[in-house]
Amino acid sequence: MMGNQACAEGVIAAGCGFAAGYPITPASEVFNALAKQLPMAGGTLLQTEDEISAICAAIGASWAGLKSFTVTSGPGISLMQENIGLAVATETPLVIVDVQRLGPSTGVPAIGVAGDMVQVARGSHGDYQIIAICPESPQEMFDMTVHAFNLAEEYRVPVFVMAEGFVGHMRERVVIPDESQIKLINRKITQGGEPLTRRDFLDPDVAPMPVFGRGFKAHVTSSCHDEYGMRNLHDPDVMHRYIMMPIQKILSKRDRIVEVEADYEGARLVLISYGSVSRSSRQAAAMARAAGLKVGTLRLKTAWPFPDKEVRAAAESADSVLVLENNTGQMYPYIKAESAHACKIDFLGPQVLGQIHDPQYILAKIREIMK
Amino acid sequence: MSEINHPLRKYMRPQVKKTTFCPGCGAGIITQALLRAIDELGLAMDDFVFVSGIGCSAWIPSPLLNVDTLHTTHGRPIAFATGVKMGLPDKHVVVVSGDGDLSAIGGNHLIHAARRNIDMTVILVNNSIYGMTGGQTAPTTPYGMTTITSPYGNAEHEFDLSTLVKSAGASYVARWTTYHPRQMTKSIKKGIEKKGFAMIEAITQCPVQFGRVSKQGSAVNMLKHYKQNGIRIEKAAKMDAAELEGKIVEGEFVNVDKPELIFSIAAALKEPTGGNK
Repeated sequence: MMGNQACAEGVIAAGCGFAAGYPITPASEVFNALAKQLPMAGGTLLQTEDEISAICAAIGASWAGLKSFTVTSGPGISLMQENIGLAVATETPLVIVDVQRLGPSTGVPAIGVAGDMVQVARGSHGDYQIIAICPESPQEMFDMTVHAFNLAEEYRVPVFVMAEGFVGHMRERVVIPDESQIKLINRKITQGGEPLTRRDFLDPDVAPMPVFGRGFKAHVTSSCHDEYGMRNLHDPDVMHRYIMMPIQKILSKRDRIVEVEADYEGARLVLISYGSVSRSSRQAAAMARAAGLKVGTLRLKTAWPFPDKEVRAAAESADSVLVLENNTGQMYPYIKAESAHACKIDFLGPQVLGQIHDPQYILAKIREIMK
Repeated sequence: MSEINHPLRKYMRPQVKKTTFCPGCGAGIITQALLRAIDELGLAMDDFVFVSGIGCSAWIPSPLLNVDTLHTTHGRPIAFATGVKMGLPDKHVVVVSGDGDLSAIGGNHLIHAARRNIDMTVILVNNSIYGMTGGQTAPTTPYGMTTITSPYGNAEHEFDLSTLVKSAGASYVARWTTYHPRQMTKSIKKGIEKKGFAMIEAITQCPVQFGRVSKQGSAVNMLKHYKQNGIRIEKAAKMDAAELEGKIVEGEFVNVDKPELIFSIAAALKEPTGGNK
């Protein structure tokens, strides 16, 4: 099954109630599949006039009480940025799949480059935290899409699935478990009471959501607001909490959110990667070990919140770290900040941008570093 | 001691004791027209969800109205409201926002929502200028008028928004000025009851910004201007362009019944789902 189709299967398995999207390569297959399948599964789908409308409609539907979804690629993410901030500020559960492509600008639509790794976390104005996870296979396009809905619902936050064109268009065997085997999380909903007696927002332990249509008289605003959702543009303490509480909501739970795959025991060099590059990374490490080189791997399944502790632990256990990314080094500065005190650190992009890292090419770099 | 309350006060959040509107602003007249419409229709506030964007008039529902309100980013309330309506098809979804919000930065959403004919009521509060940010030229500012961003005269022609939205496919479009609150109320009622996209363009005075640059001056003078220059659409149809110069064409631009979006989606799914949708 194609990765993008597996993603669509994940959207349905997660119980998505509303999907909005706009055609874009290399993400279109996800929405195309949903157009056919989602209505049959009881959901609603809307092809919007642009990506701005897609994310806004998805946020609106989330407030209407539905699990909501949109899918796009880099140019679409660029258009969505302002309202990604709104979703963060209003603590709206939302899943955004980004099947990344080669940029900047129109670039090369069909070529996968992990070009949006930083823009999804830092692209909207202001300070905030989102969650972003990185599938490396069609199977994970399914698994991580379901997981993304669970994270979004649990933490009331936009969650990004950072696929790229390679994973989206890759065809592999995908196992879709029986419905009973898929664990789903649904958002907590306000029990009732007047808005000023509830705390609908700014709870680091995630406030129950006063979804619309049930008489909660929810006040939801993209402006700075207090715990009751009421706009407040004059109290510095409220402004502080308006920024800090949604950040703490994610960072205080980072140990439960962050996932990595660590395989570097006894290694002198650790390869750090995420997404499709992790496949080449594992292969290169296996080849290096076969040649007697002590090489391990750390795969960041979660990109944001940034796995700082996990990267630090790897760096402190080894003599050097080699960062492999399918771009010019978007996560590299963050990894370097957690590693440079402990070991030597290098970066290796693909031979030619837009190509998959050849394991032999990685091995040559390993040999050069470990010489 | 008993307290005397405005009969429409019950529709407002109890903790809100003041508005953000300047003296003379037309937002109060429009708020009254809106709440009277709801009152006269015998609907409860919980039958509604209100969505607004950025600008003075977007503060009519938020925080004033005691109901679910979503106050969004600039230009996007119709896009958000589309998602709300698709999630809550049984609710009346009402967007209240300004001409800059809905026709400049958000113009694309306005015409596409009208084209889709999604069941939604948009109250487009048109003061012909950017009020909140200090009197900049809007797509609705008259040709030639001097504003802070058109210091040598506005070189652009203004939008005729009711005609635009009618052409885009809306089921119901009406335009009234704040001099005509009863007619406005009646049209808002029709808009809410219309199964389809409805827009009520409320021409309103902004004495602080527009009144200053148009030299119309105070709110009272602006209302007098509306009285003197308002002309019914039926009468306007018989007048030529020269006669219509400077006039405000008012009334119902369109009032038709045609398949609504959510109805159409359900109808299309009836056969493939065996009527289970």
